[in-house]
Amino acid sequence: MKILVCISQVPDTTTKIILNPNATAINKEGTTYVINPYDEWYALIRAIELKESGIATEIHLITVGKAEVEPIIRKALSLGGDEAIRIDAESIDPYQTAAYIADYAKSVGYDLVLCGKESIDYNNGTTGVILAEMLDLDYIGFATSIKIEGNSAIVNREIEGGEETDSCKLPVVIACQKGVAEARIPNMRGIMAARTRPLKVVTPSAVSPLTEILSYELPLAKSGVKMVSPDNMDELVELLHSEAKVI
Amino acid sequence: MNITGSVNAIKGGEFLVRETEADSIFIPEEWNEEQLMIAETCTNFLAQHVTPNLTRIDEQEEGLMPHLMEEAGALGLLGISIPEEYGGFGKDFTTSMLVTEKLGAGNSFSVAFSAHTGIGTLPILYYGNAEQKQKYIPKLASGEWKGAYCLTEPGAGSDANSGKARAKLSADGKHYLITGQKMWITNAGFADIFTVFAKIDDDENLSAFIVEKNFEGLSLNPEEHKMGIKGSSTRQVFFNDCKVPVENLLSERQNGFKIAVNILNLGRIKLGGGTVGASKEVITMAVRYANEREQFGRAISKYGAIRHKLAQQAIRTYGSESAIYRASQNMEEATEQFVASGMDEIKAKLKGTEQFAIEAALIKVHASETLDYVVDEGVQIYGGMGYSAEAPMDRAYRDSRINRIFEGTNEINRMLMVDMMLKRALKGELDLMGPAQAVAGELTSIPDFAAAEEEGLFSKEKKYIKGFKKAILMVAGAAVQKLMTQLGKEQEVLMCLADMLMELYVSESTQLRVEKLVGMRGEEACKEQLDIMRVYINDAAENILKSGKEAINSFADGDEKRMMLMGLKRFTKTEDINTIQARRNIAAKLITENKYCF
Repeated sequence: MKILVCISQVPDTTTKIILNPNATAINKEGTTYVINPYDEWYALIRAIELKESGIATEIHLITVGKAEVEPIIRKALSLGGDEAIRIDAESIDPYQTAAYIADYAKSVGYDLVLCGKESIDYNNGTTGVILAEMLDLDYIGFATSIKIEGNSAIVNREIEGGEETDSCKLPVVIACQKGVAEARIPNMRGIMAARTRPLKVVTPSAVSPLTEILSYELPLAKSGVKMVSPDNMDELVELLHSEAKVI
Repeated sequence: MNITGSVNAIKGGEFLVRETEADSIFIPEEWNEEQLMIAETCTNFLAQHVTPNLTRIDEQEEGLMPHLMEEAGALGLLGISIPEEYGGFGKDFTTSMLVTEKLGAGNSFSVAFSAHTGIGTLPILYYGNAEQKQKYIPKLASGEWKGAYCLTEPGAGSDANSGKARAKLSADGKHYLITGQKMWITNAGFADIFTVFAKIDDDENLSAFIVEKNFEGLSLNPEEHKMGIKGSSTRQVFFNDCKVPVENLLSERQNGFKIAVNILNLGRIKLGGGTVGASKEVITMAVRYANEREQFGRAISKYGAIRHKLAQQAIRTYGSESAIYRASQNMEEATEQFVASGMDEIKAKLKGTEQFAIEAALIKVHASETLDYVVDEGVQIYGGMGYSAEAPMDRAYRDSRINRIFEGTNEINRMLMVDMMLKRALKGELDLMGPAQAVAGELTSIPDFAAAEEEGLFSKEKKYIKGFKKAILMVAGAAVQKLMTQLGKEQEVLMCLADMLMELYVSESTQLRVEKLVGMRGEEACKEQLDIMRVYINDAAENILKSGKEAINSFADGDEKRMMLMGLKRFTKTEDINTIQARRNIAAKLITENKYCF
């Protein structure tokens, strides 16, 4: 069984985001990037587990980005994976990302495509589902566990107020979240092997995004917290009315 | 790492008489992608396995520390610099220093890690024969076995060769029977392998033995109650006719003291790396607290008094770090040169380390005193919470203190660095006499005020550093001349000289690092680093002046004293800079980034 894991680069949650002067892009210089945690901790690690248990035979990792994303894809390779593919293009929105990945995935043919439920920067959560549509495959989102039984994936997924268990014939696209696997730390062997594993750079045929980003705004700085005694509800109501202006 | 210009490669201690090009040093901003991944693995390991468990570790929960060591072993972190043939990863010295630095933020775990990978493993790796290495190293590299090192005795601490532990050959000639008491043995409670130093019969020098915990006649005292690093196992180890197979003699008979000294050279610079890692972590804690804690309606990080502390913590840490990686690469290059000249790799490593033993001693002192400064101010920034055992600064403060004591006390290391420098000069390995005489000549000549000064971003600092060198050569040269063989007994003078050497080496390392960094990133991107360099060198000039004066006043008098004091002033003269503003700039960057960020 061949698995494709989609890997996305996102700013580290502790990094300071700086916008360019006209606020139309994030300033990449000085920003620390990490692998999108949903892609790394859940999708990639579950793929590795499936290979370790003998179910999967090959794992390919794919990312869309220019050369600057290579450290991220090699870091993913240090956790596991037999080969990485970098689609040499910038991507603006999930449609464009999915189109690039779909184009490549079609050419190879995978039994299982795993991705995170969303990337923690733009939080669109739609790349997986668009990718499934483009590949004409089934899609399961918000997966909390994935088992492979014969030619089917048995997937638990989170639904409002509970969970449901689905069975779906392979190939399928599954978007993963917490529960699918436990995060791992790359070990020395993996880190050293990452250098020697193939990283293929693919030049795609152009795909236009469906979205145009007009501008960014940074969130307002948090204001201080005011503590009000539980015995002093009048003061609370007054503050909510006069200062917070919410009532 | 490529060796270029090996004929002119810098030798240990030569920093006092030679100029170094910025491009020739290694700076931490040059880590490659693989090294950064390794560093991240260390950071993640601490964040996931160590930091959340610090209280349990300090309570010495049964089995926890050995388990953490095994986890670190599974990640490969115990075998970074061990050759691949023995189950390690064969990485270079700077990479293993990086790992030591990153794991240095792990409090008691760091101590267990350092003891295991350093003094617990290296004596066997460096001095063991093929069978010994094959038997012990792979299991030490994986963490299956844990290592300890038994040198210190109740009556033999700094004077290690005076130990009373004795070994005698058994009647059948198959075993050595070791009898003695060893104390302050790190990792003793869970170690499987002990490197034990004892004199065979009435030998003058120590021999070393590999002792397994199950060998008959080995027993342990209960855990010591310590001020800090409470999670680190520290026990006395008793040997009562402990039966050690003759094949477990490590290296040759009476070679133990040499092993101990050489392993300590390495341990010293590694300790520097670990304390820099701890300093960075404590600074981050202090910055975050200062940004969160409000008094008089503002975050305390907005107040100048706190900003001064944050900046000063960062300046000293940056200095230590610059020195550590400069010396680490020097050791690596010296090793490679010895290998290239046909020397066995292990011997080359030992020689390479020994070559920079002066720098190792100096770095040990500087970095451990920096950490003590950083935790002290850390407690102060935390205010009342700093004194609470519920806040993390309490542990950092207590854990730091041991670093000025183990791996040779800072006093022993201060004396060692001067002693080694002078011995090398006497042996003709280091030409101090020529430059010292030139400085002495300069004292009686009229300063050349008209000499054209080169103008550049670093020209002033380079000039100051040249002056520092002259100041040390003048004071050291005069001390040798005046005190002759008595110099070794004038410990206060030796301390002054050591402090001067230390300030010189760290100033120069910081200057060279910032110069190289500006070359890589441009001046605008290195504004705060330039401020760090300027403040460090400004303060170093004052410290060198003070130490120099103290030394001169103790052994010189009359016109000679006056002349030397004038010379000292001239050699440590720097232009006044606004250090308050420079520290504000440095602190502002820390506060914005909300962490140690240089």
